[in-house]
Amino acid sequence: MGTVSEIDLASADDAAARAERAAAFVPGPRGPERELPSRVVSSRVSLRVRIRDLWRARELFVFLVRKEVKVKYKNSVLGFVWSMLNPAIVLMVYYVVFKYFLKSLIPDFALFLFSGLIAWNLIATALPGSSASIVANAGIVKKVAFPREVLALAQVGTASVFFFFQSIVLALFLIGFQYAPAWSYLPVLLFALVDLLILTAAIAVYLSAVNVYYRDVEHLVAVLLQAAFWGVPIIYSYNTVYGLLTKHHLLWVARLYLADPIVPILLSFQRALYGHVSPVIPQTVVKAVIYHGHPALQYVTTRAAIPVLASYPYHFYVFMLACVFVVAILMFLGAMVVFGRIEGNFAEEL
Amino acid sequence: MSVAIEIQGVSKRFRLYHEKYTSLKERVVHAGHVPFEEFWALSEVTAEITSGQTVGILGRNGSGKSTLLKCIAGILQPSKGQVVVRGQLAAMLELGAGFQPELSGRDNIYLNGSLLGLSRREIDRRFDEIVAFAELEQFIDNQVKYYSSGMYVRLGFSVAVSVEPDILLVDEVLAVGDERFQQKCIDRVQQFQRDGRTIVVVSHSPDMMRDICNTVLVLDRGRMVTMGPVGEAIRTFRERLIESGFAPPPEPDVAEGGATGAAPVEIAPHRRQVKITNATVEYARQEERPYIETGEPIAIHVGFAVATPIVGVRFKITLVTESESIVFSSTSGGPIEEMALDPGHGTVTFWFDSMSLLDGRFGVVVEARDSGGVVLDILDPACHFEVMNPGRAVGIVGLPMRVEITPPGAWPADGAATALP
Repeated sequence: MGTVSEIDLASADDAAARAERAAAFVPGPRGPERELPSRVVSSRVSLRVRIRDLWRARELFVFLVRKEVKVKYKNSVLGFVWSMLNPAIVLMVYYVVFKYFLKSLIPDFALFLFSGLIAWNLIATALPGSSASIVANAGIVKKVAFPREVLALAQVGTASVFFFFQSIVLALFLIGFQYAPAWSYLPVLLFALVDLLILTAAIAVYLSAVNVYYRDVEHLVAVLLQAAFWGVPIIYSYNTVYGLLTKHHLLWVARLYLADPIVPILLSFQRALYGHVSPVIPQTVVKAVIYHGHPALQYVTTRAAIPVLASYPYHFYVFMLACVFVVAILMFLGAMVVFGRIEGNFAEEL
Repeated sequence: MSVAIEIQGVSKRFRLYHEKYTSLKERVVHAGHVPFEEFWALSEVTAEITSGQTVGILGRNGSGKSTLLKCIAGILQPSKGQVVVRGQLAAMLELGAGFQPELSGRDNIYLNGSLLGLSRREIDRRFDEIVAFAELEQFIDNQVKYYSSGMYVRLGFSVAVSVEPDILLVDEVLAVGDERFQQKCIDRVQQFQRDGRTIVVVSHSPDMMRDICNTVLVLDRGRMVTMGPVGEAIRTFRERLIESGFAPPPEPDVAEGGATGAAPVEIAPHRRQVKITNATVEYARQEERPYIETGEPIAIHVGFAVATPIVGVRFKITLVTESESIVFSSTSGGPIEEMALDPGHGTVTFWFDSMSLLDGRFGVVVEARDSGGVVLDILDPACHFEVMNPGRAVGIVGLPMRVEITPPGAWPADGAATALP
């Protein structure tokens, strides 16, 4: 027997027919009953969940970094060679200016400069891009749900790729000029690199969120980076500053200077890469700088020399970097919290 | 059945800045008194969506339906309350969001796929399928900036559906590409339904809802009005729409001379022997509700004025949809065509015993012609009426229909075939 049912289009009581239809949509068993991932959307999501989500987006991170690198040198003939050429030229300019015009007396100045500059470049490339990252990607932030921190971190990742290219230049440089780095300090160098990445990531995440509210941040970052470059020992040596401050009985300022988390990282880079060549500055000139306006004293101390690098023992480097590590991790978690607090309004603020 | 989405007292507050201060200087200068208004895009919406349902969120513009969808998707965080989502979720709010014009289609599939939460291996596995569905085999290694807009959205849709989520959120994006591709998209969504996945669709088109949803949630100014079976929810929605004056209720009287519509026929003054003065509709419970339901009777009264005596006038009535398609047209016929009319006023009434039109607002165009078919006057539109369809049928006309099913194995062994009653 066929089942005959009449559907009167206009009748209001086709609820039965509707129920039938609804029943037809009852899902059949879709494989074994599996545990469905559950997610809560609310304005208060725990830090643990945020970090878990971020970790799950690591492949997205890789694709974003790849995109950034590809897009940056798309349609350019030399491509990523530019990312090596750029620091090489900057290095050359600084070298010529400081070695010959400003008469820096640090021996093998180019190498000293390069070992600090390479670390600094990572920060200086990552931060402007990452602070603008959320605003620049407003299109997807408003339309797709994903951990938005990835956008800022991808900029740090991109900067790391360029860091890698620059490392190749550095390696070529070392081979070409026959400098050997301090091999025993290689673990210190790697530790410093880890610190540097976490620290940069923390600042990047924080700035990217704040920039949504205060668009000044991306401009401010450019200015502050300029200033900070001269505030950290890249072109001059840490010991010069240290000597200067102790002479003026400002030891606490020297300690404070070391508390800048970037400084121990730079010192470690310099120690590992530059440390093997005789790092001594002839004292005369240093004294002249210190006792500017007292030429008599200059004469007295000609024979002595101070080392370019701080004479800290190995374990002190490790200790400093461990401190920076803790600080960087805390900063990163703090940045995640801040980011999470204001992320809820990103889609409307953009 | 398990609950796929729990919306628990969700409210979303937006700040409407009169002038937005986004720079530090402006914020400092205007500290403390940044002028803004609070605006609750959603207030206290609570609903449960069981898995396997296809739910439509219906509301007019600004009712908060997209905001609700974004809260479910996790793009916006609710100011109050929370949404619990069980199962993998994919949202199609904008197709191809995040496509990089400089990258190839291939790279964009990977980037977009991972943005939607696919792992690299999953994309590898589905890659060919995605390309085939988007019909972009030849162009997949071209930069996306050289794609046509059709290719762009096709690729976007293709990546989005490849996520194979437990819950799919769709925001009025199904109207994609040409007609054939649209059909493919709808087929894919129906496939999702058959697989027992949960779908949430946002639209302001009741027809689309009727097509694919089992349940409809109606929002009005951020508040949930109702959530229930399609027909009833859509009726509530349209009642609200009419009440709030958003869709103007049918005007009983249109100004003389058909001033509103541009008359397609230029009528010479000496021809104006008969003038159509007005037209009104009449139906049951007219004072309670500004619409009829499909299948109910309706009368259209047309008033006319005769200027000079005339023999033989025919009146033509035409029903048109909002998009000006003619659904019905007929002339009065009968004795009136031979009647001698003296100067003065008269009326002619058209009765429809069962108005079988489905949803929509329909216009009535009335023409008066002489016995030779020459147009004497035309009123376009003469009046409007609104029809509400309580059933599930979609389209313009509700045709009477019977359904007969012979299930497999039920074929009678004794040879007694089913016969028409």
